[in-house]
Amino acid sequence: MMSVMVSRIRRQQIAQLIADGKRLDGRGLKDYRPIQIESGIIGKAEGSARVRLGKTEVMVGVKIDIGEPFSDRPNEGVLTTNAEFVPLASPEFEAGPPGEESMELARVVDRGVRESKAIELEKLCIIPGKKVFVIFVDVYVLNHDGNLIDASTLASIAALLNTKIFKYEIKDGEVEKKPDLSPLPLRDIPISVTFASINGILVVDPWLDEEEVMDARLTIAFSKDGKICAIQKGGSGTLSPQQIIEAANIAKEKTEELREIVVKS
Amino acid sequence: MTEKIVLVNEDGIRTDGRKLSELRPIKLEVGILSNADGSAYIEQGKNKILAAVYGPREVHPRHMALPDRALLRCRYHMAPFSVEERKSPAPSRREVELSKVIREAFEPAIFLEKFPRTSIDLFIEVLQADGGTRCAGVTVASLALANAGIPMRDLIVACAAGKAGGHLVLDLNDIEDKEGEADIPIAYMPSFNAISLLQMDGLLTIEEFQQAINLALEGCKQIYALQKEALKAKYQAIKETAEVTEEE
Repeated sequence: MMSVMVSRIRRQQIAQLIADGKRLDGRGLKDYRPIQIESGIIGKAEGSARVRLGKTEVMVGVKIDIGEPFSDRPNEGVLTTNAEFVPLASPEFEAGPPGEESMELARVVDRGVRESKAIELEKLCIIPGKKVFVIFVDVYVLNHDGNLIDASTLASIAALLNTKIFKYEIKDGEVEKKPDLSPLPLRDIPISVTFASINGILVVDPWLDEEEVMDARLTIAFSKDGKICAIQKGGSGTLSPQQIIEAANIAKEKTEELREIVVKS
Repeated sequence: MTEKIVLVNEDGIRTDGRKLSELRPIKLEVGILSNADGSAYIEQGKNKILAAVYGPREVHPRHMALPDRALLRCRYHMAPFSVEERKSPAPSRREVELSKVIREAFEPAIFLEKFPRTSIDLFIEVLQADGGTRCAGVTVASLALANAGIPMRDLIVACAAGKAGGHLVLDLNDIEDKEGEADIPIAYMPSFNAISLLQMDGLLTIEEFQQAINLALEGCKQIYALQKEALKAKYQAIKETAEVTEEE
């Protein structure tokens, strides 16, 4: 019962400020928290990055393996995205099998990368129908202070941008790794922007307290050429069609800013 | 690689003979399972989906009970035989995600606060899948909830729009979903003009996206009328039986 009471008071405080165009942490409604990106921090991984979005902290490691292609895409590499809510990241997280929140996170990050066709999967075929490169993107949440989707998308893209893939030779149908490396072929840099709707007003990059009082969450990802490539609504509230279009227009602008930060990192 | 499939021909006709903004034929039935508190069945094109509701009932495990409202649980599940290649009956990551977004689509519609410390369990079983099962699942689940007598602010209705073969299309079928350019499932409460489920995959400009949303909402409104008709048909039949019994 306590938490319900506290969140009602908190909700009022947060919602009143937002109605005046202000936020509890001093940001404007369309401002992101400070973003820090470090790339190539895990030597054992083929690609890696750590993103700090305010106090939210996410690490992504990319591992590359050789595996079988999907039967309906025999000439394409395979992308697999997974997200782990590590128990050290929040008092709410528990060890154990992935819950629906972490599966949703992984699938939304995956959707942005996949639908923008960011990775040139057709260049990752080794022997058609038999052997292809499998790209594992593992999202590791280290500190949860809200907006895991955007932090994880940024970290995944930063990690993919510094991913190196080994060269190989085919000998008697077997793949032999060679020591030299080349960059993972990428053609796009999808970026997501997440909103919280609080009493019907949209704010960008919600932090944890705002997520706790929000009615609905909306994530929109854009490809490099300004097309929408993924959308996910979350939370138990509703959005009006007008709000959604407004969000898409704001998100388009924001993704350009964020893309510059990732590319420069 | 397989040949490129023509999703829309030069006359603007789709693979299943539909026009661009035409829904698939929809059949709805209410109250078809005797054990469930509410149930319904939908056929939308080749989709065949059952929904059942149990509750409000005691929550198990009990620690999950909420002090101020009912706990809504939802399971979207596909039968192993519902698709071309047998699907493992264990819930896939996709099914877990869809169960979550469908639950979130219904939470704003149900008066959960009327039933504290109880659970309302919603089960959606896809018996045959042909694209757009989450939307058809939401449409039919809404009827099952109504059939269970659970008070709602509005019926939730869902429909997808997207882009296939270079055209914006309504209610995508399986091939259009897989080979098309984009798919946007939407769940909607028509009386409030409120969207409670929204997803998209594929690539669309903002203008196309805006048009697609409008198209999906038009589809939703048509299905909404069918939902109400199905409920009326059910209760009209009950009323008539009751009147006959009274006369006797």
